[in-house]
Amino acid sequence: MTSGTAAAHGAVEAVWRLESARIIAGLAGLVRDVGLAEELAQDALVAALEQWPAEGIPANPGGWLMLTAKHRAIDRIRRNQRLQSKLGLLGRELENLQQDVPAEFDAVLDEARIDDDLLRLIFISCHPVLSTPARIALTLRLLVGLTTEEIARGLLAAEPAIAKRIVRAKQTLASRQVSFEVPPSDERPVRLASVLEVLYLVFNEGYSAMAGDDWMRPALCTEALRLGRVLAELMPTEPEVHGLLALMEIQASRIPARLSPAGLPVPLPEQSRGRWDQLLIRRGFTALLRAEQLGGPPGPYVLQAAIAACHARAHTAADTDWTRIALLYQALAALEASPVVELNRAVAVAMAGNLERGLQIVDGLAAEPVLANYHHLPSVRGDLLARLGRHHEAGAEFRRAAELTRNLAERSVLLQRAAECDAREA
Amino acid sequence: MRFLMTVNGGGRQPDEQLYAEMGRFVEELTRAGVLLATGGLDRGTHVVATSGNVTLTDGPFAESKEQIVSFALVEVRSRDEALELARRFWSMVGEGEGDIRQVSGSEG
Repeated sequence: MTSGTAAAHGAVEAVWRLESARIIAGLAGLVRDVGLAEELAQDALVAALEQWPAEGIPANPGGWLMLTAKHRAIDRIRRNQRLQSKLGLLGRELENLQQDVPAEFDAVLDEARIDDDLLRLIFISCHPVLSTPARIALTLRLLVGLTTEEIARGLLAAEPAIAKRIVRAKQTLASRQVSFEVPPSDERPVRLASVLEVLYLVFNEGYSAMAGDDWMRPALCTEALRLGRVLAELMPTEPEVHGLLALMEIQASRIPARLSPAGLPVPLPEQSRGRWDQLLIRRGFTALLRAEQLGGPPGPYVLQAAIAACHARAHTAADTDWTRIALLYQALAALEASPVVELNRAVAVAMAGNLERGLQIVDGLAAEPVLANYHHLPSVRGDLLARLGRHHEAGAEFRRAAELTRNLAERSVLLQRAAECDAREA
Repeated sequence: MRFLMTVNGGGRQPDEQLYAEMGRFVEELTRAGVLLATGGLDRGTHVVATSGNVTLTDGPFAESKEQIVSFALVEVRSRDEALELARRFWSMVGEGEGDIRQVSGSEG
């Protein structure tokens, strides 16, 4: 490959990453079929890979891809009677459609319409008829523009499994005749919740990456953040969209501090706050403010973002407003009662100065089946017991937590804490 | 990875049309979720330190081509993406010069 060819390939890839979601969305708006839209977009990408190295990169590469794909779409519709009838097109309308595709690249990119199509594509990729893993894979494929191989690496899955998952997801959307529309208002809250859940799952997948993992894993954080920022522009009046964005921005701000030089996870209170990314923190605050200004009772993401903001605002761990955090967890528990939220509330109550009450809440969770194998439960209990000076019991809890965690790095931290308790006891 | 795109002075005098185009460009980057921060810079104060002695000199400075007058901090997936964004920006502006530099420690 000559350096000119390599440069052209790099440019094609860059344009694809920047534009693929909008191109697929615009095409899906035309052909009303997500799978077909992606195929057409891929065809245009192949054409670019063939032509750009020889003919040079066009002045408006995104417009070139879109126009090429649209022409292919129209060819396909002409040849395919079934597709014509599916789209309810008659010969005359098809001619009009042909004329609607202008020769000028700039005019192809009707930004407002593509924004609408992009929002439809986001909703359809996260459609509840799909399983959660299918929603995640389809979102990474259609909206982030990752290849099957990259998705597999990011999710620690086998490539053929991801390929199958994506094919099946598209088949499900087609066979269930899921329409390429923004959901009607009665379905909207549930559908939006699904979109936000998918974004946050992708973010957390990346956030749980460990030192030495494939770089594609932490990259999922950035991708989820990017999609969150796009969504906040597309749905500026939805407080929970800004809430999730704020939560992700603030959590991402801690990425540089969350692992020790040895690759061990550093608990939040012990993180070096100087390494927190102040730019992302400020962006998180801005998003949270936007959510709050929209009014209404705060939803689960706004509340979680508000909790994250309490940590971000504290210059030292000791400055943390644990009383406020405990109240926010209480509000969160009122919205979606969950033992995990309750456990976090116990920590906040204890940190706010009421160790005994915190321990009481934790003890109340001992019988929760959901937490039976959850290593955070004994780990929190161990921490509270140690603070109360009950080192013997604390050591036992840390050892139980170490047995339950599957994360080797975390296990060694827990065993070290158990050893510290033993030393104090002796 | 993060890139700082900077614009040097001495380029095309910004008129109303260019401001509108730049506004649209900034909006496009925001909608694409890649723009982290952007801003313009005034002439400022020049600082020289020699053996610990600090001298501050106020502008104006002769060679405005060597001065950064505005910047955009973007978060992208590859150097090629940053170059593509820069290419779009500069083909819109038409005249002038600037730099695209990766922010160290933002490889992830």
